[in-house]
Amino acid sequence: MTYVSIEGIAKRFKQPGGGVQTVFENIHFGVAKGEFVCLIGHSGCGKTTILNILAGLDTADDGVLLVGDKEVAGPSLDRAVIFQGHALMPWMTAIENIAFAVSSRWPDWDRAKVRAHCQKYIDLVGLTGAERKRPAMLSGGMKQRVGIARALSIEPKMLLMDEPFSALDALTRGTLQEEVLRLCAATQQTVFMITHDVDEAILLADRIVLMTNGPQAKIAEIVVNTLPRGRTRHDIHKHPHYYAIRNHIVDFLVERSRGFASAIPAGYDPRRPPETSPGTLRAAS
Amino acid sequence: MFATVRAKSALLSILLLALFLGGWQIAATPTAGTGPALDPEYAALLGASAQQGKQTPMPTPVEVGVRIAKHLEAPFADRGTNDKGIGIQLAYSLARVLLGFGLAALVAIPLGFLIGMSPLVYGALNPFIQVLRPISPLAWMPLALYTIKDSATSSIFVIFICSIWPMLTNTAFGVAHVRKEWLNVARTLEVNALRTAWRVILPAAAPTIVTGMRISIGIAWLVIVAAEMLVGGTGIGYFVWNEWNNLSISNIITAILVIGLVGMLLDHMLGFATKLVTYQE
Repeated sequence: MTYVSIEGIAKRFKQPGGGVQTVFENIHFGVAKGEFVCLIGHSGCGKTTILNILAGLDTADDGVLLVGDKEVAGPSLDRAVIFQGHALMPWMTAIENIAFAVSSRWPDWDRAKVRAHCQKYIDLVGLTGAERKRPAMLSGGMKQRVGIARALSIEPKMLLMDEPFSALDALTRGTLQEEVLRLCAATQQTVFMITHDVDEAILLADRIVLMTNGPQAKIAEIVVNTLPRGRTRHDIHKHPHYYAIRNHIVDFLVERSRGFASAIPAGYDPRRPPETSPGTLRAAS
Repeated sequence: MFATVRAKSALLSILLLALFLGGWQIAATPTAGTGPALDPEYAALLGASAQQGKQTPMPTPVEVGVRIAKHLEAPFADRGTNDKGIGIQLAYSLARVLLGFGLAALVAIPLGFLIGMSPLVYGALNPFIQVLRPISPLAWMPLALYTIKDSATSSIFVIFICSIWPMLTNTAFGVAHVRKEWLNVARTLEVNALRTAWRVILPAAAPTIVTGMRISIGIAWLVIVAAEMLVGGTGIGYFVWNEWNNLSISNIITAILVIGLVGMLLDHMLGFATKLVTYQE
């Protein structure tokens, strides 16, 4: 069951010399309830703009955003955002940052109830003991944990993540990826995430949306991740489908993302981007 | 290392002060025997010390020290219109500065918020601010005296007008430059405008706003002395002018020192406030 779907959205900018630059147009895809979808593409293809449109922070020049069956505009507490640069308020402590979100979600809660709820999420992301620290006192990974706790604490229907791990070192990134996977699986969370890391996409996502280079970026295809859920960093590469999927996506990023627009495959319909399962294809052949 | 540098600079400060006071003492000590060179009429004008053969009424640091001690004995004594204690005069000046500054803050901070948040308001008000800001606050004095018809209120108005600009421009700048992602956090949490202003924009812009207040109070303290010299009646500025008429250089020097100390105190208070609201990113 599709929870959120994007239908024919486009983003255009007026150019200084007159004329219009189309960043992307005719973008269609949906995210089902409980599904984890990654969008992958090179920088400049408008990934963040698509996420911002989903979050209601940006508006599309064409097309609509449907949540359930209703067209929506503007931000909503139902769709929580985990920002790339964590976006914590530096004058608030870790728990105050979360409390700001919680008291926005439930304005009639009293202080004690807000506090208890915040503590639950602080514990959940493993920050017990660091509640009273300000962001400047926390490491990059801890800051992003606060960001994750803040987003989860409002119990959203959907999580939107904009390259949440890209600013972290490799070790921290790995740990946080697995924790996000665990948290999202435990709560049956619907997630849409932007990344440019192929392994991250295969580890986390059920489906991976491949976007061509801008301008006039398109969704070339949607790769179904045939690795079963319950994936871990340590053993995904042992699965027989892993390399087929990985090679397929890397091939796309290196080669086809550039030339796609000039050699559109026959039968390509932007309203129904083809779904492929490179894992099973390779296994069958 | 740090402690020793501090100790050394303190030592150097004391040395410089001693050098300055010593030089002053030598320069101002009367030299005997040159008395008759002075025109008797001029000597009469200059007062008793000149008639005693002193070249100028310039006091020595010791004399000033004695005078300061005397002021400190009864700073709040009120011995008639032209003989109020220096503490009373200071209190008048401080009250005017704080009143004018406080009123200016009440106007400048909300207005600065509006200018910072709305490009429309910014565009509309910017030409006026550009023209009004460089005007010397004392230039407003005749107009204030004519319209308000009360000298005490006029000097408060002058303080108001001179302290409004740094607060206004700093508030507008701070509010306009709040990081976009913090505002986006508030938007995704569906926080209303008032709560966003109070919980996000105000704390984010607070360091810039308080810096504006610090600049303003510094300017207000500079201007009050000049304003009171013009308006007369009470205040530390009037005290300086009155003592100039009395030709009491010791009193003038005392007042100058006090003005400096109070100005430093005001600045330190707002410096402390800046520290309270500054956040580390």
